[in-house]
Amino acid sequence: MALTGLEIFKLLPKTNCKKCGMPTCLAFAMQLAQKRAKLDSCPDVSEEAKNTLAAAAAPPMRKVVFGSGDHQVQIGQETVMFRHEEKFYSPTVLAATISDKLTGPDLQNRIKAINALRFERVGVRIGAGAIAVINDSGQADAFAAAAETAAQSSPFALILVSDSPQAMAAAVAKTAKFVPLIANATNDNAQEMAKIAKENKCPIVAKADSLESLCGLTEKIKSLGIEDIVLNLQTETLRDKLYNLSRMRVLSLKKVFRPLGYPTISFVAGDADQQAAAAVGLACKYSGVVALDTVEQYVFLPIATAVMNIFTDPQKPVQVEPKIYTVGEPDENSPVLFTTNFSLTYYTVESDVEASRVPSYILVVDTEGTSVLTAYSGDKLNEKIVADAMTKCNVQDLVKHRKLIIPGYVAVMSGKLEEATNWEVMVGPRESSMLPKYLKEVWK
Amino acid sequence: MPVPEVLESFAGSVNRITLGSTKDTGGSRTSTITVGGARNVVYAGSAEDAGEKPVIAIDIMDVPPEDWPDILIEPYKDVIKNPADWAKKAVNEFGADLICVKFDGIHPDKANKDAAAAVKVTEDVLKAVGVPLILWGCGNNEKDNQIIPKISEAAKGQNCLLGAAEQDNYKSITAVALADGHNLITEAPLDINIGKQVNILVSDMGFPLEKIVTFQDTGALGYGIEYSYSIQERQRLAALAGDKMMAMPAICDVGYEAWRVKEARLADAPGWGNVEDRGPMWEAATAICLLQAGADIIRMRHPRAVAAVKNFINQIWKRVSA
Ligand code: SF4
Repeated sequence: MALTGLEIFKLLPKTNCKKCGMPTCLAFAMQLAQKRAKLDSCPDVSEEAKNTLAAAAAPPMRKVVFGSGDHQVQIGQETVMFRHEEKFYSPTVLAATISDKLTGPDLQNRIKAINALRFERVGVRIGAGAIAVINDSGQADAFAAAAETAAQSSPFALILVSDSPQAMAAAVAKTAKFVPLIANATNDNAQEMAKIAKENKCPIVAKADSLESLCGLTEKIKSLGIEDIVLNLQTETLRDKLYNLSRMRVLSLKKVFRPLGYPTISFVAGDADQQAAAAVGLACKYSGVVALDTVEQYVFLPIATAVMNIFTDPQKPVQVEPKIYTVGEPDENSPVLFTTNFSLTYYTVESDVEASRVPSYILVVDTEGTSVLTAYSGDKLNEKIVADAMTKCNVQDLVKHRKLIIPGYVAVMSGKLEEATNWEVMVGPRESSMLPKYLKEVWK
Repeated sequence: MPVPEVLESFAGSVNRITLGSTKDTGGSRTSTITVGGARNVVYAGSAEDAGEKPVIAIDIMDVPPEDWPDILIEPYKDVIKNPADWAKKAVNEFGADLICVKFDGIHPDKANKDAAAAVKVTEDVLKAVGVPLILWGCGNNEKDNQIIPKISEAAKGQNCLLGAAEQDNYKSITAVALADGHNLITEAPLDINIGKQVNILVSDMGFPLEKIVTFQDTGALGYGIEYSYSIQERQRLAALAGDKMMAMPAICDVGYEAWRVKEARLADAPGWGNVEDRGPMWEAATAICLLQAGADIIRMRHPRAVAAVKNFINQIWKRVSA
């Protein structure tokens, strides 16, 4: 947590020598507190003061990055408990596991299935972000071989999971350039695991079965010179896991309790449906990485969508690109509707038009991401804006008819819109859910 | 290494509300359901602070649904024309905690059923199952105001949950809920201020706050769920801060929202997994997501989704008081 001016002042030499350009040390401290000065300007400040100030300036939850190049992912650096308070910064990374008992075609098939856990949503790629190789075999060479194959054949960041320092050393030797996340350091192997992490500049997972011993472990790892730590708290039940993740989040963000000021990783088990359910909970409530032991697309698609939704910035309405969208395969006789580019509005209209099974054109008008009524009352939706959007998208060339269906809520703009466009305006329903009926019965 | 305590206690809590009335209290339900009671945000404090277990209401339609995809029809295909059998199946085979009878069939643009038909459905379902009921109109103000009073009367004394009072249409339903001893759903279109306003309006009519359940509108996963999520979280925080007008348990309509989006319905979608798995999982994931934000009652449809969500709830929540 940031220090106050007075707290900083206590750390300064208190000689008022003015070398920093300020009349007194106190004045300089005040400037520092407001981030208007840099500590470097004081030539006489002690090493100890420098360290204390640097530590205090660090974010309450550390950012940890693993993977390399395009495969790189980031977790941590969260600042709030609830998304509406500000926003969540680092979308939960979803990982799929792969056992090092698999070899040859089995291994390749599993990797292929993991590689297919990618989806596109409103122009954004979502899905798995990491591949977690598990040292089920207990063998170092099998682990190293599987890790190397996974790293080379998958577009995802690598997580290496083994409690054996020998196996870990062998796998990291083959994959260090991919910057794998090393899991797990425990109270038994921390020394050796930390050495591997340090030599290869990889982040490390600290695993323990109570918060107390987890704190001790992170302090120990830190004292060995590693700061990129990810927390893996082992619990007996999902309930304990979720309650502890919340507690850890409060401790790091609200109490600035440094030993737990790191992102977290969770592994889920059970049948595919159960894993999906647990993963949605863990992704919403504070797990930085969630590793699943399944490669089902039907499991990853909803979880990845949930992550995308929960991690959107609540201050910024999600917008869709203003243009003509087609539903089904519309032709020159198909209806043309318009709506706004607020994603929620558009999606609702799109799914209702889809439900009607009437092939249609939806013209999305740029209203700066506001809904129909908000846009209209804020003059972000008027006849001119709609007419311009129609011209820009060459709507006149798409259809032979000249009929435009408008949202029921803006029926009042009908007259002016007819004048501005020379199109016949048809007032659609107020509620989008009535669109199927409208398209089937009123539009013919 | 010692870990600091996190002690946070709040002035307020979510109201506890019991639905259904058994013989002892003049009704014919064989069980009641209690929801609400949370004294903290989800997963904070102790598991006891989480209040009652969230419950699942399975949707029953008064007339056979026209727009349900095949995978959703499948589990109900033998009972879909008979609300009473449908309700029985939902309770006995699929573990519904309560039944939500949705009267879409009275809508003038749909089947345009009359009061007699709606009353018969209500009576049949009351006879068929012993769990508490949610009775929910069609959303057409005029028709709802005409028929909900009849439905309400037919279920008088059963302590049902009636839906829904809205900002511009709350008087009629509030009056009948009051007269027939039911609980009331107040609905707002993803707007927390309107949500509070409707609660104020119905309480101004003398309706007790502790018999209200709020419905803040639901967005499906991928289609605005983040708005529902944050409103639900803010509602919980307001309740904990002691705001009596926001201290109601919350209901979400997951079944309807999840099953109208293409991710749940589209059969031919390479790279998305089989629709037989994907549809139920879309519904389940939508429900689980809203549970993280503090939903108390969830309306659902597909048995497999219901099973997944119940399994999750049973792993997390401890308390069952009714
Ligand atoms: S240079 Fe350092 S010691 Fe000198 S006045 Fe500034 S803060 Fe104080």
